[in-house]
Amino acid sequence: MNGSDILMALAALALAPLIGGILRGLDRILTARMQGRIGPPLWQPFYDFIKLCAKSKKASHRGPVVWAWAYLVLTVTAWLLFVLRQDLLILLFILAFAGASLALGAFSVRSPYAHFGAYRELLQMLAYEPILLLAAVAIFLKTGSFMVGDVLGFEQPLLISLPLTLVAVLIALGIKMRKSPFDIAASEHAHQELVRGVYTEYSGPTLALIELTHWYELVLVLGIISLFWVIPLWVGIIIALSCYFLEILIDNITARLRWSWMLTVGWSLGVGLILLNIVIVEFFGLGLRL
Amino acid sequence: MGLITKSRIKSPWIVHYSCGGCNGCDIEILACLTPLYDVERFGILNMGNPKHADILTVTGPVNHRNYRVLKNLYEQMPDPKVVLAIGACACTGGVFHNCYNVLGGIDKVIPVDVYIPGCAPRPETIIDGVIMALKKLNEKGSKAE
Repeated sequence: MNGSDILMALAALALAPLIGGILRGLDRILTARMQGRIGPPLWQPFYDFIKLCAKSKKASHRGPVVWAWAYLVLTVTAWLLFVLRQDLLILLFILAFAGASLALGAFSVRSPYAHFGAYRELLQMLAYEPILLLAAVAIFLKTGSFMVGDVLGFEQPLLISLPLTLVAVLIALGIKMRKSPFDIAASEHAHQELVRGVYTEYSGPTLALIELTHWYELVLVLGIISLFWVIPLWVGIIIALSCYFLEILIDNITARLRWSWMLTVGWSLGVGLILLNIVIVEFFGLGLRL
Repeated sequence: MGLITKSRIKSPWIVHYSCGGCNGCDIEILACLTPLYDVERFGILNMGNPKHADILTVTGPVNHRNYRVLKNLYEQMPDPKVVLAIGACACTGGVFHNCYNVLGGIDKVIPVDVYIPGCAPRPETIIDGVIMALKKLNEKGSKAE
């Protein structure tokens, strides 16, 4: 690791929450407009964040706070691995453990609502983890490497040979962003049948911590999507942003559905599309065997 | 205006508890969230979780069964917090004031910061009350610092 890498990592650490927060603000404005409302200002997520930081600390005990920190630290680690062009597979495993620590934090309190949320969070992970891992495998079969650096150096856009994989990753993005129809663990829009699911027992600064982690997570997942078109990179970023817009649109036109439906879609449609894509690339000669 | 003060005023999250009125006030509160009034313009969100909320809005008269719930909700909210009594019943007990099961207004159980009269109050009045509550919220917050 040299000096420029360290500088880049620091810049990524500082910029990701800024971009993530603005994206969340855009999300709230777009959602409001789609519902015929004006919506909050663009900076609303930052107001919420600062307000939460200034509230009094009220935790039932230390366990959930430690797991919230684990969630943040592991997600930031995954983001740094991405920025430093490291192994895509390791990055996804760390991201999986970050998601698990959110569920473990909810399991470490005695609230039944938090427990329900945690079970559902684990079900969500069960639905999207195979999609992300198989997407990494598909990228490997195409580029011959799991390293983000090598994917960035691959001259042919991945989207041309892996379009079905991108569609599958969109399902994972929907679950990761906690949007309808996959908004199951957290009831993001005050649906309240679970109170707030996994976040029920968090309040004040700890909740702000989780919000910050969501921003990192959002930027990271959009970053993974932009890997599908890296030369030139701005095309990839536009693809990622349009996927984000598509998720907001889907969020506003669909109802929340049950976890069993989510698992069915994740495992049949998601995994099926990627497998089909791999088969086409591998056996019909569209792929580049190394 | 400091950053914390500004954020506090710009992001009041509400938890709504109905002590058991006639639901008229509850409907007016929900009307505030609809496109016509759209209180999310001011960053106001209906949270449904006392641990995330800044403002407790209560409708209906408090009675012998639910005063414990009301107290519990109030105690679960992290500081700074304010309480809004919405409608005649929550302010004084209203038409139920001399019923054998009713304690009266919610100020018999928890400290109330803003009283919003009306049966039921119009959404404009409720929004006005929330703005008044924000001033109190900020006073409480700066006192704690």
